[in-house]
Amino acid sequence: MAQSRQHKVTAAAFGYLSPTLVLLAVLMALPIGMVVWYSLQNNVITNANPEFIGFEHYLDIFGDSQFHAAIKNTSVFVLASVVAHLFLGLGFAMLLNTQLLPHWVKTLFRTIFVLPWLLTVAIVAVLWRLILNPSGVFNYLLVSTGVIDSPQEWLADPKLALFAVVLINIWCGYPFFMISMLAGLQGISAELYEAASVDGAGLIRKFFSITLPQLRPIIISMLLLDIIWTSHQFTLIWMTTGGGPLDRTELLSTYTYKLAFSQYMFSAASASAVVVLVISAVLAFAYVRHQRARD
Amino acid sequence: MTTTTVTPVPPTAPVTGVRTGRRPPRKMTSVSRRRVAITLTLVGLILGALFAGAPVIWMLFSSFKSNPEIFAYPPQLLTENSSLAPYLAILNDPRQLRFFVNSYVVSLAVAVLTLLVAVHAAYAFSRYDFPGKSIVNIAVISVQAVPPITLLIPYFGLVVALGLYNTYPGLILTYMVFTLPYAIIMMTGYFNTLPKELDEAARVDGTSSFGALWRILIPIAVPGMVSVGMYTFMIAWNEYLFALTLTRTDDMRTVPIGIQLLMGQHSYDWNQMMAMSVLGSLPVILLFIFFQRYFIGGMTSGSVKS
Repeated sequence: MAQSRQHKVTAAAFGYLSPTLVLLAVLMALPIGMVVWYSLQNNVITNANPEFIGFEHYLDIFGDSQFHAAIKNTSVFVLASVVAHLFLGLGFAMLLNTQLLPHWVKTLFRTIFVLPWLLTVAIVAVLWRLILNPSGVFNYLLVSTGVIDSPQEWLADPKLALFAVVLINIWCGYPFFMISMLAGLQGISAELYEAASVDGAGLIRKFFSITLPQLRPIIISMLLLDIIWTSHQFTLIWMTTGGGPLDRTELLSTYTYKLAFSQYMFSAASASAVVVLVISAVLAFAYVRHQRARD
Repeated sequence: MTTTTVTPVPPTAPVTGVRTGRRPPRKMTSVSRRRVAITLTLVGLILGALFAGAPVIWMLFSSFKSNPEIFAYPPQLLTENSSLAPYLAILNDPRQLRFFVNSYVVSLAVAVLTLLVAVHAAYAFSRYDFPGKSIVNIAVISVQAVPPITLLIPYFGLVVALGLYNTYPGLILTYMVFTLPYAIIMMTGYFNTLPKELDEAARVDGTSSFGALWRILIPIAVPGMVSVGMYTFMIAWNEYLFALTLTRTDDMRTVPIGIQLLMGQHSYDWNQMMAMSVLGSLPVILLFIFFQRYFIGGMTSGSVKS
């Protein structure tokens, strides 16, 4: 009796899950299997009779200097963006968490601070192309305040392009961090701070011995999530520099895309896509383990 | 708002809810210190607002300028020939309007279908114990970390093979893979905050489990569904990579691609590009302003435990 009831319960649960499971099987498990299979053929999609060639594409990619540049640029892009997101996000969240200002003032500022994150990345890209234009407002401000001597081609100068796309990515990415930090700050018990005040702790002391330790789990979660998502960035690069000039802003995502849709080397692109997947899987594993440890 | 009422908001809205209302202890000598603290906080907030808001303001004002005024020297916010002309140029062009129609159709369909699939999966996760539950759960969570670029090439092959290339269903199905895991996790969390006695009482009265979900849980879960639905809409509205690759003709392109096409075609019509950017940003910004509480709840649930 009990066993047949458990069977019915299991059947009902999988009934409710079935649309999800079908979608994930067809649009997640199957494509991942396909991309691995593609990467082991000489070429696919444009090739009617693909041949199995093993790991040749992987070896080619690992020896490709453009791939090395993409790895290096992606690392710089991700690290610089994520560190800046953390500092800006935490700083703004602490300002917004003040008890000194009325609620409506904080809501107003919070809305303004979130604005960059609400804009579609494609729009962010076009907007910053206007702002960073050699005759644009960014150059005007820097020249007229004496920070630089003459207008720069921020997105076209090989020395500046990576800095410029990182700047844009910092601008549109920090609000996500900020909102989570704010929720975390609001979850810290006021009594902790009161007790510290009684013990004579100053603001800096309180920050390092209460705020940071209390936020630690959220900060680690957000860092991992942000590293994963920032490493997937494609649109911003594609619509500002296209990976140029001289591959200086080529990321793994744009490198893979170009192999597939500019050079029609779908199998080589698949090998690169699998490498990207493995990197993300390692990060995701760390994230899931961290989340489980928090439960 | 607390969790004790029948319509709890966590994990969807603790941000504005959790206010301690605490003020620092007042001492006579601390009045001037307090003033300094308020001033410094305000200075910080205003500098931050300039960093965040100035580019958006620049976009808004540029969208009204005439094109020769875009790079006027020195730059001006409001110019002599500012008008609605760039907007009229976009709104009177059927080709541009079609991009907006496509974006609305795809984003709304993704939001509705994602919710429909997600509430059933969340019901299973929240109310049932079954073998393999934690494996399915981990699978749903991990899917969020799969890089879009990895899926792009096989999707291209699949969508062409299934005859869905350059169609709405091709885009909608694709986007659901990215919105579904988030929606399931959110809705499971939401259902977990609703007492089990609610649907169990209905079951005792002879309602089926399906009936309990639709007649008892879903009506109470509307706030959570609004939050998930908006977030889902936003993800679909903003998507670029798959829209770029899985559609070909102008009548299927969405707004992000439309903006790029505008750039390719008339690379000097910056005012129209900014007008289209403003129009393309409005739906999400308006949703945010009117439903801030829900939105922020949605943003934080990934990393903050209630």
